Amino acid sequence: MISKERKFWIYEIMNKIRYFELKALRLFEENKLRGSVHLYAGEEAVAAAVCSQLTDDDYITSTHRGHGHCIAKGAELDKAMAELMGKETGYCKGRSGSMHIADFTKGNLGANAIVGGGIPIATGAALAAKLQKNDKVAVSFFGDGASNEGTFHESLNLAAVWKLPIIFVCENNGFGISVPVAQSTSVENISDRAVGYGIPGVTVDGNDVFAVYEAFETAVKRAKAGDGPTLIECKTYRTLGHWTGDPQTYRDKKDVEMWRDTKDPIQLFKKRLVDAGDFTVAELDQVEEAAKEEADAAAEFAINSPNPDPADVMADVFYEA
Amino acid sequence: MSKKTYATAIRDVIAEEMRRDENVFVMGEDIELLGGIFGCTRDLYKEFGTDRIRNTPISEAAMIGAGVGAACAGMRPIVELMYMDFTLVAADQIINQAAKTRYIFGGKAKIPLVIRGQQGIGRGNAATHSQSLETIFMHFPGIKVACPSNAADAAGLLRTAIRDDNPVMFFEHKALYASKFEVPDDPDFCVPFGKAEIKRTGKDVTIVGSLLYVSRALEAAAELEKIGIDAEVIDPRTMVPFDMDTIIESVKKTGKLVVVHEAHKVAGWGAEVVSEVVDGAFKYLDAAPIHLGAKACPLPFNIELENAVVPSVQQIVEAAKKVCYR
Repeated sequence: MISKERKFWIYEIMNKIRYFELKALRLFEENKLRGSVHLYAGEEAVAAAVCSQLTDDDYITSTHRGHGHCIAKGAELDKAMAELMGKETGYCKGRSGSMHIADFTKGNLGANAIVGGGIPIATGAALAAKLQKNDKVAVSFFGDGASNEGTFHESLNLAAVWKLPIIFVCENNGFGISVPVAQSTSVENISDRAVGYGIPGVTVDGNDVFAVYEAFETAVKRAKAGDGPTLIECKTYRTLGHWTGDPQTYRDKKDVEMWRDTKDPIQLFKKRLVDAGDFTVAELDQVEEAAKEEADAAAEFAINSPNPDPADVMADVFYEA
Repeated sequence: MSKKTYATAIRDVIAEEMRRDENVFVMGEDIELLGGIFGCTRDLYKEFGTDRIRNTPISEAAMIGAGVGAACAGMRPIVELMYMDFTLVAADQIINQAAKTRYIFGGKAKIPLVIRGQQGIGRGNAATHSQSLETIFMHFPGIKVACPSNAADAAGLLRTAIRDDNPVMFFEHKALYASKFEVPDDPDFCVPFGKAEIKRTGKDVTIVGSLLYVSRALEAAAELEKIGIDAEVIDPRTMVPFDMDTIIESVKKTGKLVVVHEAHKVAGWGAEVVSEVVDGAFKYLDAAPIHLGAKACPLPFNIELENAVVPSVQQIVEAAKKVCYR
């Protein structure tokens, strides 16, 4: 059972992510934003349902498609958008752009531009939690493509033999850039790979908040009980391009329209909330409107923020006491 | 002072730092019951338990990545690699993750991580287990690189590395583990990074070498003394940060430079030393500097072949004679 308060939080976060992404796309199209920008629209249920069960003390690592995880883990839209625009006020002071947003104060150990790069790092955070004997858990978000990287294998095995408090959350959005999963991946369900590590693996509908929530709830209980990791595969779909400039010649527009029009995670969740009598349409529309305004304000903040000073470019290579 | 082997000095510092700070722990292959194949963690599991002296699967990327993650979460991990050659299996986690994390997150992260292990010639380990790799890790901003040439430096530099809040690559040399040296007993004895040591003072030629090539340079200096050439031998001790000033000052005095390392000569760190010396002391140079390093050939197994690939003491002597016009 998800509390009403938590359902509201999830709905709010999903909308913040959606409008942040749409705003980023617009800014990219207007040439106000450059670099590699990978949007999370259509996959919001995963980040929101997972992070709704975490505190600022729990850890995540994220991916090149990381805005959603970062926002769900507490990132403020204005600092995130400022980072996308390379501004001094951004999360990384303009050093990183879209792919490395991190906020250690919120337990976000960073988006990671290397596919599979964050999986061992989250595993190490879980090891720290175990050694420090606190009640923290770590979550490694990664995509279907990362499940074919060596770090996936090494980390799942390591976490399993050490019974680390970590949950591996695989977002299977159907494609590694242009390559369909069936062409790159030997199993129908990536969660089947859990068998190889002697840990539970479960595949859920990644566009269904309730399904993701329940699977994750079970996995967190297992992690906190000291029983080790779980692999959760969330089947979802990337409704925008791999990156903002993706011509998307590799897929049928009808598929995209089908997912966007009939399986949108926000619309599905909204219907469930209204049908259950949790909230009225008007209440939820207001949340959507507020998210839109927040994304607009974040863009304004970013546009009006100063660029970093090139004189400081060498700062922060090393920590100096 | 106590006379200790290089391996024992390393082991003792690990133990002392683990007693001092409960966040320090070691993970690596075969480090529990076996104590590491070179004995650098021998019996430590008895005092600290197998949570803190932790055997890992043969998964270098996960070990080093887990080190980065644990460091981000407040621990001070030491990752032991059986051979530093295996850094190449985990290159992404070192170069793209450990080295860059602090910078790319706008200075918010601290990564107190030590990656240590041995490298080099001397045991017939052949091409993939005998390389000298300190040069390649100097190339990537964000990691410090230490190369101790004796047990005292091994102790002092390792303590500095463990207490540093940055990732440190700590290159030990397999041929030095059994060598003995006087090591200070002070449990806070640290050798600062970025401070070269003048191992022998001299006025005629500056010879720069590290790790195994400190003792080889000193051997060459003893040979040179017999023919009236007074060599100054400098051990940089850390490659990042690199104490170029001590070398430049020495060259200003001697006017001649020989740099020698076991790493391949091509694009090896000796070239960087020559470049900096030419920048910083050009008008003091009496001869073109000479840079010696391993031939552009994988390290072979046969001992005579292995010795043929790396610079010999005789080659150092000849190079010094040449820059002295002798």
